[in-house]
Amino acid sequence: MEFTGTQLMFIIFSAIIVIFSILTVTSRRILRAAIYLLFVLISTAGIYFMLNYQFLAAVQLGLYAGGIIVLIIFSILLTSHISQKFEKVEWKKSVFSAIAVIAGIIVTLTAVLNYQFEANNAITQEVDMNLIGTKLLSYDRGGYVLPFEVISILLLASMIGAIVIAKKGKKV
Amino acid sequence: MNFNIYDFTSFNQWIDNYLYTSLSPFWALIVEMTIIGLVFLTGYALVGLFLVYLERKVCALMQNRIGPNRVGPFGLFQTIADLIKLLLKELISIKQADKLLFNLAPFIVIIASFLCIAAIPFAKGLHAMDFNIGVFYVMAVSSMGVVGILIAGWSSNNKYSLIGAMRSGAQIVSYELSVGLSLITMVVLAGSMQFSTIVEAQSDGWFIFKGHISSVIAFIIFMIASTAETNRGPFDLAEAESELTAGFHTEYSGIKFAFFFLAEYMNMFIVAAIAATVFWGGWMPLHIGGLDGFNHVMDFIPPFVWFFGKTFVIIFLMMWFKWTFPRLRIDQLLTLEWKYLLPINLLNVLLMALMVLMGWHF
Repeated sequence: MEFTGTQLMFIIFSAIIVIFSILTVTSRRILRAAIYLLFVLISTAGIYFMLNYQFLAAVQLGLYAGGIIVLIIFSILLTSHISQKFEKVEWKKSVFSAIAVIAGIIVTLTAVLNYQFEANNAITQEVDMNLIGTKLLSYDRGGYVLPFEVISILLLASMIGAIVIAKKGKKV
Repeated sequence: MNFNIYDFTSFNQWIDNYLYTSLSPFWALIVEMTIIGLVFLTGYALVGLFLVYLERKVCALMQNRIGPNRVGPFGLFQTIADLIKLLLKELISIKQADKLLFNLAPFIVIIASFLCIAAIPFAKGLHAMDFNIGVFYVMAVSSMGVVGILIAGWSSNNKYSLIGAMRSGAQIVSYELSVGLSLITMVVLAGSMQFSTIVEAQSDGWFIFKGHISSVIAFIIFMIASTAETNRGPFDLAEAESELTAGFHTEYSGIKFAFFFLAEYMNMFIVAAIAATVFWGGWMPLHIGGLDGFNHVMDFIPPFVWFFGKTFVIIFLMMWFKWTFPRLRIDQLLTLEWKYLLPINLLNVLLMALMVLMGWHF
């Protein structure tokens, strides 16, 4: 079977995602788990790049890899020591979670395999940034201005919450 | 084959055609990727070494000294000798450290800066990836370098390293906002995030002149914030040698230390290259709209000379900062960002939007 470059890249990316996802949940050192998660997120961004959806790929890198992972690592740095390790999980618990995982895999696989995928020969297009920007702020049909505003209110609320928590109490 | 130092497009086209006619598409792609990787790696190492030399010379100039002058003409081979010394040094491994993360950290830092280079246009046609979200891509990728610094500090199992990493984390996360917002100001003026479009749009005047007031404010903020983001003095709290020995890379030796060192210098180069591209026109010669004779004379200087000239002027500025200003305290650093730069920056974006809407720019 002749591989094309895209197929090979897809195989590499998905292998990285699968392997490091498993390592993320099985690692007993917390910072290593965070770094494995970083690899999973970066490979996901790689798949987006492969699909030519560069905007989403850059958002994935900037927000998840550069934002959320940094936040997670920061909180680990503040709270945990290098010698700390999680205890080994009891065998009963691991059997139970293995059953849950296998059940999940069966459900997903049957759903995916039963779906009739049709090959699409259309050329992949780059998504225009202007289009994303206009849609995000448009109030016509198919515009996203309401969710955009709702999310910004949520963000404002969480920022105020953070400030209230961080603010020192009145001086005695 | 037609090689032309003013436009590399046809030269690259020729290589591409040659590879695709002589090899199967799969192998042609692999060979192309390998060539680009090798060219970038070589360029990365050479520019990095040259920057270390330049830093020592500029530092000497500021302090009224001569600087390196023994190895080779004008001491030019000094950094190569230093590199060989670093390669031969022992890699000390630490018993109580998390070995995997300790060894991984330099690579994360260096890969993050390497990814940025791919999107920078060096000359007409000399451009590895022309994303339509170029500016945004660079911002996203450069934010990953801090992960390497944080895990380097933590996995060394050393107080100084940890404090250095925490400081640098707080610093980079805060100053990233200002870098992003000042670039967004220029994206508003350009109307595009693609680097090739941004450079083309400056063919009748650089953006720093076209957007006058707002552009100048954005440029100053970008210079301050990006000096902070590359962990350079006066913002080098992460490795403040008088307080923290060497900060996050205290425990690193030999070539692993050299990786951090090289990445720091290359980050400075990348930041300067982006400033040159977005504010000073990248490889576009100095053109003034309307003066055709003058523009034509300027066109005789090849684009890559313009690009590297501008980049090194900005690098000189950043070195000048480092050897002139005293180091800030951590609270002064955060006050500067959150109380001054960020509000000014937000207002500046609004001002630029107003200018573009009213047509006040050139």
